[in-house]
This record gives sequence, structure tokens and C-alpha cells, in this order.
Amino acid sequence: MKRDIILAGVGGQGILSIAAIIGTAALDMGLHLKQSEVHGMAQRGGDVSSNLRIADKEVASDLIPRGKADIVISVEPMEGLRYLPMLSADGWLITNSKPYVNIPNYPEIESVYSEVAKVHRHVILDAEKIAKDLGSSRAANVVILGAASDHLGIAFETFEKAIRTIFHKKGNAIVELNINALKAGRDFAAKNSIL
Amino acid sequence: MQKLLLLGDEAIAQGAIDAGMSGIYAYPGTPSTEITEYVQHSREAKQKGIHCSWSTNEKTAMEAALGMSYAGKRAMVCMKHVGLNVAADPFVNSSITGANGGIIVVVADDPSMHSSQNEQDSRFFGKFAMIPILEPVNQQEAYDMVAYGFNLSEKYKVPVLMRITTRMAHSRAGVARSASLNQNEMSLPSDLRQFVLLPAIARRRYKLLLNNQDAFEKEAETSAFNRYIDGSNKKLGIITTGIAFNYLMENYPDRVVPYPVLKIGQYPLPRNMVEKLCKECDEILLLEEGYPIVEEMLRGYLDNSLKIKGRLDGCIPRDGELNPNIVAVALGMEDTKGLDVPALVTARPPALCAGCPHIDSYVALNEALSTLPAGRVFSDIGCYTLGALEPFQAINSCVDMGASIPMAVGAADAGLIPAVAVIGDSTFTHSGITGLIDAVQSNSPITVLILDNGTTGMTGGQESAAQGRIEALCKACGVEEEHIHVLRPLRKFHEENTEILMKELAYKGVSVIIPRRECIVAIDKRMREKEKARIAEQEA
Repeated sequence: MKRDIILAGVGGQGILSIAAIIGTAALDMGLHLKQSEVHGMAQRGGDVSSNLRIADKEVASDLIPRGKADIVISVEPMEGLRYLPMLSADGWLITNSKPYVNIPNYPEIESVYSEVAKVHRHVILDAEKIAKDLGSSRAANVVILGAASDHLGIAFETFEKAIRTIFHKKGNAIVELNINALKAGRDFAAKNSIL
Repeated sequence: MQKLLLLGDEAIAQGAIDAGMSGIYAYPGTPSTEITEYVQHSREAKQKGIHCSWSTNEKTAMEAALGMSYAGKRAMVCMKHVGLNVAADPFVNSSITGANGGIIVVVADDPSMHSSQNEQDSRFFGKFAMIPILEPVNQQEAYDMVAYGFNLSEKYKVPVLMRITTRMAHSRAGVARSASLNQNEMSLPSDLRQFVLLPAIARRRYKLLLNNQDAFEKEAETSAFNRYIDGSNKKLGIITTGIAFNYLMENYPDRVVPYPVLKIGQYPLPRNMVEKLCKECDEILLLEEGYPIVEEMLRGYLDNSLKIKGRLDGCIPRDGELNPNIVAVALGMEDTKGLDVPALVTARPPALCAGCPHIDSYVALNEALSTLPAGRVFSDIGCYTLGALEPFQAINSCVDMGASIPMAVGAADAGLIPAVAVIGDSTFTHSGITGLIDAVQSNSPITVLILDNGTTGMTGGQESAAQGRIEALCKACGVEEEHIHVLRPLRKFHEENTEILMKELAYKGVSVIIPRRECIVAIDKRMREKEKARIAEQEA
């Protein structure tokens, strides 16, 4: 078993919070993992990505070879497209639909969506709205993870457990919010996956 | 014990905590910052009384570590690659003084310049200082090398350089810990003149260092970090250094390479292993994460004895970090790639945060300078370097820590009057002060802006040594009090701030303007920590 995951977004959007949940779940399953992160200059509103690799045997490279990623999980639609060269032909693009506009020349959003639609297997969702309906838009990243959860080779319950482990200190309400967000993301993907 | 999931930086820190380190000294710099931060946040380090506050710059960090080593204890000093330029004087001389307590200098290089102004390879510095170099292949080795490195340092009484690169520093993997060692007792060197580098003593110490070179090489021959892995196909032999080994392995899913491989993790190079590989194989492929250092050594000046492939013949790009695809192509394998990036995807360069105080400072500075020809603003290393980009285009230089003020002085000497320097509070104490003393000394017609956001922002908000002392420091450097102004960089004070700037730009001597407002990321971090503490208290 191996899953090579690209996490994408803009510096400050908190993609590493998604990595932390997947990482905790993978460790719980006794899997090997390597996770390369971006720190430093790009964190100031630039494009950021993380290479997360989980496998049942030791992982060699910290970086995923181009064209070999199983899934790109993006918290921003244009940023998901940036990593298409990394994605394998039958890989999944799971992306938030809400653009993060901090540049003057951000492309027309409808054309971004039509590029997403060209990817053979993809899910696009308004994670903020789904999270807000559950109580707080701050759980948006977990909604996106939920939408990806079927493709990561990890049981859904293991993700739930990881969320309990990570958010435990923030109180029960936050734990429940995030578990609901995970479920909502999964349910959305089950109904709206484009194959 | 369960494995810990650690960044390479954190593995080094945990390794040092477990290996009996008594103090860590550093100035923040990507990708090295998390080593010291990990020690600062470690409860164990606190219980063990490990010293872990930030130093003013890399030079003072290196010197403090040397002092701790003199007193017999184990010390670590951490910096990014360009930080070693700042610390070069004590670093190179420490190979002559030698060590007493073990000392490891960790330098994090940044090939591909993710967050740096060059991609210099610190192994050159290690070779220059003639000390052993360790270069881990993964997070576990990074952890294990620290205890090994301290022992090596104490065995030969010499500092050891540990070189890592960005992808090692900022990648997480499982790390198994070893037993925790006690710290050394304080003990002075047996020869109290060991560290006195008067020429007569230095000559003796230098000979000792030279005499140890063979022993360092022998250590490398038997080191577990250097491995000769035989392969049946001798048409090619492969030498990997550091994490390049992982990119090689990535291309063989069963992890068996048909060619002999020499995996290097400790220098000086193990000569016998290198010789064996070169004798047995028709051709040698060099995979180095960084400059072609081993490649140059093997080629020699005339480059006519061996068939070598690497960065110097174009087999591998001459610059930038390696990755699995570059290595695949070098091995003659097929390159892989998914879909192309759609044409509409545009670059998203880093930018100053919304609400950043530097924005107001640059808007005011640009207006104050609007009547003068452009091209007179010398700047420095920090978040404010982003002022070079749209929409500000406010600065004309970024070279090295502290360069802004002396460059303004030099340009003013050449007739560019007024010249302006823009520097941050932490960079100012790092190495801007000496430039300011020069400026006062020559009564240069320059205006210095010290953007005081109360933190070392770009590296994630570490404590700044300048905290609350900038005016006093400037006054002590000799800047006249009436030409030191503290501003509030806020839109509502824009006119007032611009006016003060214009007045000081017209002054034919040294002025210092200090726009002061806390970094908004730092405020956010402070608030979140407060909230965390509140919840913890509530639960208790």
C-alpha cells in the first residue's frame, strides 16, 4: 500500500493542519510516512505545498516523483491546478472552490473551474459554506480532508480518532465540529465525485 | 518506545537533548530555525537546564558555543548556510583552537534558494576548516549523528560540522530515540593555552589539525554512515551524498540498485571506498545535493582520468536541488509527468501580509522620495525585502544581513545624496549597528529607517534582541537625538510621517527613523497562545 499526496494552498491557509490529521492516522495504522513542508518566505501569502507520502514499507524520497501522486488535495482551486504535473493519470484532484485572491491578476474563476472539470477524477466543493452550515468556517480544511478520505487507504474511523487526538485539548465542541466536518466532506464527495 | 514524527531539524534537536548537550546557540534562518525552537519548547530540555536563547547573530552564537566547549560541556550552534559566512571567522579558527567539550556546528543549506539569496554548499567550509563533516540521509540518521558527532568531536578535540539541506530540515519522518545521556561536568582544557591563538601556539595547533587528517579519513572509512553497497553491473558506479541516496532508491521500487553504490554521510571522503568504486566501474555517476564538490575532487584539474557524469558535464543540472526525476533521467530512465499546468495558472509570489506595518512605512517612504530620481534605497534581509515587489518597488538592494547601512554610506560617498537604508529591528542588532557607527563616523548624508515590528518576522516570529532599545542604541552609536524619530506606521498618520521623512531626507547628516508597530502575525500568535492558556486554565 502507498499513497502519495500533494497538499496545496496559499501560505497562511493552514494546509499543514490537514497533513497533521493524515499523519496521525497513518502512524496509528503503523504506516511509514514522510512529509515535506514549506517554511520561510513562501509562507507570506505565496503558493505553498506539502508532499505527504504514506506506505506500508519505508519511504525513500521526501519528494514525490512527477506524475506519480495519487491525489492532490487543495484548499484553493487555482493552487490545485498548479500541481497537475505531479498527479498520475488516474489520480484524484480534491479541491476547495473558493478562490483566495491576493494577487491582482487572478484568473477568471469560471475558467479555473472549467480547468478543474477537465481533470478525469475530481471533486470540487465549497468547503467554507459546508463548514459554516455546521457551525464554523474554520473547519473548512477538515471538510476538504473528508472529501478526500475515501482515497487515502485509511479507514474513516481512524481519521475520526486522529481528530479526537489532535483537537482534544480544544474541547469537546471543537472535536464534534471537526468530526461533523469530516463526515460532511465525505458525504459530499460520495454524491458528487466526477469519475 | 514509539517513534516520534519529527522534522529533520527537530530530529537533530532531540538528538542533541538526548546526547547530553548543555547549550544551543543560534540566530534564526530558514531552513535551520526549527532546531533551536524545538529545544526552546521541549519540556525535557527545560528540566535538564539546557541553555537555549537566541544569539544576536551567527558569529556570537559560534563564539558562545566555543566558550561552552572550552568549559568542557557539549554545545551545538545552528545557522543557515549564509549565516556561516557571518560566523566564518570563529568557525575556521575553532578548527585550530580545537574543542574541549564536544561541539557540533549545524548548517542548513538551501539549494534551489527557496528562502535564500544563494545556494552555497557548506561542505566547502568544512573542507576549508579541515574538520569532519556529517551529512545525514534521513531523519533517523540526523538524530543518531548528533551523539556520534559529539563523541567524534571529543575524541579528536575538534568541532564537527553537520550539514543538512532544506528537504532534510523540513521533512518529517519517524525517529526512534536512544538512551538519554547525562551532560558533561564542567572541566577546563588540560592546556589552558589551547585556545590562545598567538602565532607560536597557533602553528603548533595547526600542525596537530594537519596530523589528524589521516585519522579523520580513517574514521570515515569505518563509519556506519558511509556504505559500499555492491551491485552486479559494473558498467556504472554511483556515489551519493546526503539525501541524494533517497532519490536514487526512489527509482528502484524494490530498493535494489543493479550498480555498485557508495553512500556518503561522513567526510573527509573514505578514500579506499572511492578508489574501489572507481577501479571496479567503467563510469561514475555523482549524485550530490549541492555543489559538485566530490565531483570536482574526482575529476581533478585536468579531468582526464575517469569517466564521470554529474553536474559538471550537464548530466545533472548545474544548479538547484535534486529530485527523483532528475536522478531518473541521469540513470537513463524515462521521465514521468502528469498533465501540464493550465496556462491560466499565474504566479503567486509571497507578499507583505494585509495590515503589515511595513506597508504603511513603504507608502510613506515612496511619497517622501517621489520628487527625487529613483534608485537610492538600500535594503536588507527580512519580510520588508518584499518591498522590492509590486506594488511598492521601494527598494534597490538586498545583499546580506546588515548591508543596507554601509551600502547607503558608500553610495552617498559616491554622490548619491540623500541615500536611504531600510533595515528591520532584528537585522539591525544582528549586524546593522556597526554600519551605523561607520555612518556617524563619516557624518554620511543618509537616512536610516529601522522598521521595528518587535520580532524576527520572516522566520516565524522569534524574539528580537533590539526589543525596546533601538533609540538608545542609535544614540549610543552617536546619532544626534533630534535626528532620531519614532513613527506610528498607520494610514491615519501618513501625512505626518511623510513630512518627517522629507525633513530628514533633506538633512545632510545621519538620521534614523523608527516606524514602530507590532508584526500582525506576532499579534495573532500572541492572541492564540493567550487563548490556549485560557482554555488550559479553564480545564484545570
